[in-house]
Amino acid sequence: MARYLLSVHSVDGEAREPMTDVQMQHSWQEIQALEAEMKSSGSWVFSGRLHDADTATVVRVSGDEVVTTDGPFVEAKEHLGGFYIIEAADLDAALAWASKVTRVISAPIEVWPFADTAGG
Amino acid sequence: MPVVDGALIGRIFRDEYGRSVATLIRIFGDIDLAEDAVQEAFALALRKWPVGGVPPNPGGWITTTARNRAIDHLRRESRGRELQGQRVVEPPDDPAREEVEPVQDDRLRLIFTCCHPALATEAQIALTLRLLGGLTTAEVAHAFLVAEPTMAKRLVRAKHKIKAAHIPYRVPSDAELPERLRPVLAVLYLTYNAGTSGPSGDGLRREAIRLARAMASLMPDEAEVAGLLALLLLTESRSAARFAADGSIVLLRDQDRGAWDRTMIEEGRAIVRACLRRNNPGPYQIQAAINAVHADAASVEATDWGQILALYDQLLAVSPTPVVALNRAIALGEVRGPNAALALLGNLDLDDYHLFHAVKADLLRRLGRPADAARAYARAAGLAPSDAERAFLFGQLDDLGPTASERSEAPGS
Repeated sequence: MARYLLSVHSVDGEAREPMTDVQMQHSWQEIQALEAEMKSSGSWVFSGRLHDADTATVVRVSGDEVVTTDGPFVEAKEHLGGFYIIEAADLDAALAWASKVTRVISAPIEVWPFADTAGG
Repeated sequence: MPVVDGALIGRIFRDEYGRSVATLIRIFGDIDLAEDAVQEAFALALRKWPVGGVPPNPGGWITTTARNRAIDHLRRESRGRELQGQRVVEPPDDPAREEVEPVQDDRLRLIFTCCHPALATEAQIALTLRLLGGLTTAEVAHAFLVAEPTMAKRLVRAKHKIKAAHIPYRVPSDAELPERLRPVLAVLYLTYNAGTSGPSGDGLRREAIRLARAMASLMPDEAEVAGLLALLLLTESRSAARFAADGSIVLLRDQDRGAWDRTMIEEGRAIVRACLRRNNPGPYQIQAAINAVHADAASVEATDWGQILALYDQLLAVSPTPVVALNRAIALGEVRGPNAALALLGNLDLDDYHLFHAVKADLLRRLGRPADAARAYARAAGLAPSDAERAFLFGQLDDLGPTASERSEAPGS
């Protein structure tokens, strides 16, 4: 088994069509169902949704000092919005989960292999 | 008994390299180890065979020798210990067993790994030619006009991704197959096309046909694989007629049809007929059928353009790209005249494509508008990717006569 990070990127300021309560409810249910499927198949390791990029804070070493600044570290249009960590037999299995996630949330997903599992 | 020389061993190398590498990757799960071991086995063959003769099953000999070499490496190197810990398949106790029972699917597994959609197209092509075709990194680099270190880096990066991301080494399931076959066929088609203009053309075209033939025999149920093989054979049948003695391009309509290779045409045509009976058409089969219609015609005048237009209608329905639409316009021009074809070109977004302007120029010439034709030829020549094509288009421009070119240069003409 290999471990993968599925990262979901959100684009700053990209105003999506506001969802109705019914749509929101439907989307939430779909995500719950997918996560239940991940868990029951033994693929799910951890997952989480993050607040907007302007809530992030960067800590770095400068000389002898540790400096704390308002984040994020990379000023970009796209930021990590959430992620899944999954176990999968191979890349195809990981891509199959990523395809399901992207269908439900309508945002692109990056699939990253972990470097510290067998064969990495 | 054949003379055992470098050329004979070279032929065996081309035939057997991919199969041996594919088998070793299955056994050891390590691409670099497989490549090194197979290369060592061939180096040993170059020393041994000229003295002791070629063994009855040279491919089996290479695979068995390479496998033993790989096991030696694993035992010797400290890296071997790490690998043994990670390996999915343990090295077999009896390395000779594989020789009698080759697993035919190994090359299929390998081509699906090389052409995995998680790899960039250029990496897919490079890996396929390197691992299945046995081309050296220098040869692959030369064929695609890339510096050798760049190509080496591309190959290392792709192999690293296969390992790190766990790109699987298996033939996709039936459900995945249509989607996964597409990049495989595209890689073979792009390889062939690279061979129609690049510096090491003959070798690339031969390699593409050889791999397509192997794929067609390994996947006899896939009509599009057969279609691709037929398309390559029918295109290749005209290769001797495509260039004049001075190296200049000869258009299909001006080619010496006697120089077309009848054996390849027959083979291609038989595959097209078999595809028609299957009645499961796809873009490669339809393009093969179009080429078969050209091959049937004794002259350009005798060509059944109505049938070609009908096939292009079908092709446009399954692959609605501007380039297909351009080719359909050419067929329409033959059936209903240049005006009808010219009217279609206006809708195509192909302003950066040299053949778009070449086709337009030809239609304008036939409509008796030499100044407009000259402008289009000049634009086509400016965009042409190769010297031969540029020379051809300037030749067409010259044929229009001096007045046309002068007028085309005048502002606002």
